[in-house]
Amino acid sequence: MSIPGDLKYTASHEWIKTETDGTITVGITQHAQELLGDMVFVESPKVGRKLKAKEECAVVESVKAAADIYAPVSGQVTGANSDMDSSPESINTDPYGSWIFKMKPDNPADVAALMDANAYQALVDSESH
Amino acid sequence: MSLKQTPLNAAHRAMGAKMVDFGGWDMPVNYGSQIDEHHSVRNDSGMFDVSHMRVVDIKGNGVRPFLRFLLANNVDKLSQPGKALYSCMLLDNGGVIDDLIVYFMNEEWFRIVVNAGTADKDIAWMKQQAAKYSPQLSIADHPELAMIAVQGPNARAKVWEALPGSRELTEGLAPFSAVEMGTMFIARTGYTGEDGFEVMIPAKAAPIFWATLAEKGVKPIGLGARDTLRLEAGMNLYGQDMDESVNPLESGLAWTVDLKSERDFIGKAALMSKPPARKLVGLVLIDRGVLRSHQQVHTPQGSGEITSGSFSPTLEKSIALARVPNEVQIGDTVQVAIRDKMLAAEVVKYPFARNGKGLI
Repeated sequence: MSIPGDLKYTASHEWIKTETDGTITVGITQHAQELLGDMVFVESPKVGRKLKAKEECAVVESVKAAADIYAPVSGQVTGANSDMDSSPESINTDPYGSWIFKMKPDNPADVAALMDANAYQALVDSESH
Repeated sequence: MSLKQTPLNAAHRAMGAKMVDFGGWDMPVNYGSQIDEHHSVRNDSGMFDVSHMRVVDIKGNGVRPFLRFLLANNVDKLSQPGKALYSCMLLDNGGVIDDLIVYFMNEEWFRIVVNAGTADKDIAWMKQQAAKYSPQLSIADHPELAMIAVQGPNARAKVWEALPGSRELTEGLAPFSAVEMGTMFIARTGYTGEDGFEVMIPAKAAPIFWATLAEKGVKPIGLGARDTLRLEAGMNLYGQDMDESVNPLESGLAWTVDLKSERDFIGKAALMSKPPARKLVGLVLIDRGVLRSHQQVHTPQGSGEITSGSFSPTLEKSIALARVPNEVQIGDTVQVAIRDKMLAAEVVKYPFARNGKGLI
């Protein structure tokens, strides 16, 4: 599956979409959901919580294992996807359509500095060899 | 160190399996959705490569008296040829060396199937005990035998389709019994809580049998679903629910230990000397989340620990086995520490699911 070109990525396999109002939407990548397998539980961060970059802020659990989700940049949580409470399996079927939380970055330049699709593709390739 | 491979390794890869290091073996954890694999076994049929498990034959004059002493369960329960018995093999202090299935073939031949990770240790222990008490016996393992478990309500019919001649031989086979068919050994046993067979087959013939089963519509099932199936069925996993540091009475296995008869066996004195203070119970998580092994369980009677936990695809809830103080009762609500939270779980009698149905 191709890695969407319009998103940013982290080394911990989150994808980041920048919205028109400057907030960002965060989910986990196709590669991450493939590694974890069938999702059964998502714990989102509380709206309003202040996060530092790379801070653990959410958890996804598959049948197999639990995995932490990290804040891609510093900022404040502005939304959590309540659909994930009832249908965490949508992360498996549509990882790039299944967002977990939204945040307002402290510094938009931090987002611009994240990996682009090419860099992330190279990372995934290096991990699978 | 390179991983050990079963004769079906290439077949797993060809079927798109995700392979993992499982105790030194390169094994399939899932082929696609682990939950779909789980449901295939509960509702239809699935096949598991369990060739990493080891077959050990004990032969000679006086096998029965030797096993009567070696095993915690009583092989005198086995009188019909082919009949199988689940048992623990214990240390002198009552700790569990391994759990196993022993098949009575005839008075000069009993066949034992042990876990992969413990096989070498088990065989060394058996030989050490035999040297002391029954040096005339031969103890030989058979790593050249592959083993394929076919499980589910339609599993036996699929095996009959895949193996000409097997139906006549095994249609009347009682649960927990086995029969030889040429170079194969067909047992009506399993680790899923469903009907089915475990088939021991020479390594060379295993890939063809596997491919034939696939043609008949039997789905390949990885270790991931194997774990959720056995957990729902309330079956212990060695190394998680029990090991050398605990005894069977604290591990939900009192039913497999015969303390009533006069018979002496290794570990009996230790079990008799000290009544167990802990027991294994089932948990169903009431709050949202997933129970996992090693999470701490808090009860008014003291603390305990989850030994196996996962998500139950049949119940669509998280379930676990936990070792807790004896005073904890079925129906109690306990607290489980998950990350920075305490979540409520109900203490239940297990199994959680068998024969296609949830039991909670």
